[in-house]
Amino acid sequence: MKKIKALKCKECGQETLPVAKHVCEFCFGPLEVVYDYDAIRRELSREKIQSRPQNLWRYWELLPVESRDVISMNEGFTPFWKSRNLGKLLGLKTLYIKNDAVNPTLSFKDRVVTVALTRSRELGFDVVACASTGNLAGSVAAYGAVGGFKTFVFIPADLEMGKIVGAGVFDPIIVGIRGTYDEVNRLCAEVADVFKWAFVNVNIRPYYAEGSKTLGFEVAEQLGWRAPDHVVVPVASGSLLTKIYKGLWEFKHLGLIPEFHTRLSAAQAKGCAPVVTAIKEKSEIIKPVVPKTIAKSIAIGNPADGYYASQTVLKTGGAGEWAEDAEIVEGIRLLAKHEGVFTETAGGTTIAVLKKLVESGNIKPDEVVVATITGNGFKTQESVQDHISKPHVIPAKLKDFRELYDELVRSRKAEPVRA
Amino acid sequence: MATKIRIPAPLRKLTKDQAVVEAGGTTIAEVLADLEKKYPGIRERICDETGQIRRFINIFLNGEDIRFKDGPKTQVSGDAEISIIPAIAGGLPARRVEGRPSPGK
Repeated sequence: MKKIKALKCKECGQETLPVAKHVCEFCFGPLEVVYDYDAIRRELSREKIQSRPQNLWRYWELLPVESRDVISMNEGFTPFWKSRNLGKLLGLKTLYIKNDAVNPTLSFKDRVVTVALTRSRELGFDVVACASTGNLAGSVAAYGAVGGFKTFVFIPADLEMGKIVGAGVFDPIIVGIRGTYDEVNRLCAEVADVFKWAFVNVNIRPYYAEGSKTLGFEVAEQLGWRAPDHVVVPVASGSLLTKIYKGLWEFKHLGLIPEFHTRLSAAQAKGCAPVVTAIKEKSEIIKPVVPKTIAKSIAIGNPADGYYASQTVLKTGGAGEWAEDAEIVEGIRLLAKHEGVFTETAGGTTIAVLKKLVESGNIKPDEVVVATITGNGFKTQESVQDHISKPHVIPAKLKDFRELYDELVRSRKAEPVRA
Repeated sequence: MATKIRIPAPLRKLTKDQAVVEAGGTTIAEVLADLEKKYPGIRERICDETGQIRRFINIFLNGEDIRFKDGPKTQVSGDAEISIIPAIAGGLPARRVEGRPSPGK
């Protein structure tokens, strides 16, 4: 049985064959995968899902591939826990952390790439490519290597070293563009038209984007088959936020979780906040901006799914909030000091916005809240290196350590001891 | 007076493969109505049933997105240049696509 029925335009509803295509021929709206939910409902149950390996392919029926032979590195089913300290600090009774920074290539992008590359192979491609702010480049490079593809990744040339090395180690061809991500992306749209490759976030996008639903599936399953009250999501293109909601909706539609009223809130950096601005102004128009922020992984000034993300936030009663660069760094430090997780700037943005939404009363103290941490701090060390503890360098002599210790006591960084 | 309109590749079947055509009118809405008269079927590709410009179509008047002006009511002078650009379709020169959304990461 074919699982994917068609691609359907989100705007005008016109259907087309499920090939490598992302734009409606009639009205130019984005295409989305159509599933046979009745067939899936007969197939899928909580028990069946729970009996499978702990990776995102446990939701195979709800992902847009036909093959059982998937290109996987055990991505997904990432740690999820009730906050040990941060929730208390912020005044939340029930805060959960979803840590997607520990996927195989250290970001949530592995969710979309495992789906995109499996589908690309089904569609007969042997070259894969992407436009990336860094995390996607690393993921496509790694999965491209494992899947035996020729791989091209296009990035802004000024990315953090950790992102460039994190892609380069898998030996793709890396094209660094002198310009913003939006310019990289514009070029990729043109390249995709001329070179008939599988561009995961261009012509493969309808399939690729579906991988993000699994973050919503997992949160619901890990909460004990129910939806949370509130999810805070970092927004770049807006796709992740939209698809987390879709994941929860599908679970409810299939009877896997009860009715839900989850509010989704969007987090952006102040220096690149076109979606949050639209939410605050309750505007249907996403006004493009030129990004200026340390949060490079979410610096998309002209987001493709911005409209759908802002509509999802407004429809669910969520909020949009931005964080200044200094607040982002503080967010990274808060998560590290209180939950033991070193996240990158996108995660710092999420925590900073979570804090602000609690302070402004948008998030109530007794809500069940989930903070989604999408990337790993080891890739963006530049952003925090001037704001964290540094080594006190001394000779290997007890006398020198005593001197250092006395100094620490004097500056109240250590307690006096008898030694 | 006739205004020059740039037609994107996917709509050129309707304009007999012409990349640039002419139409008259004092507002964007009037220009589009005249365009429809000359090339029947093109209007519904650009506007929805209520006459609004479709969400994933950008119309630039002298390089400026009309959403940030008066929308379909935006005044058009005779020497103006109008570009119709699908928001997320590829294959257009960069300088013409300031308003194109990014497929995203």
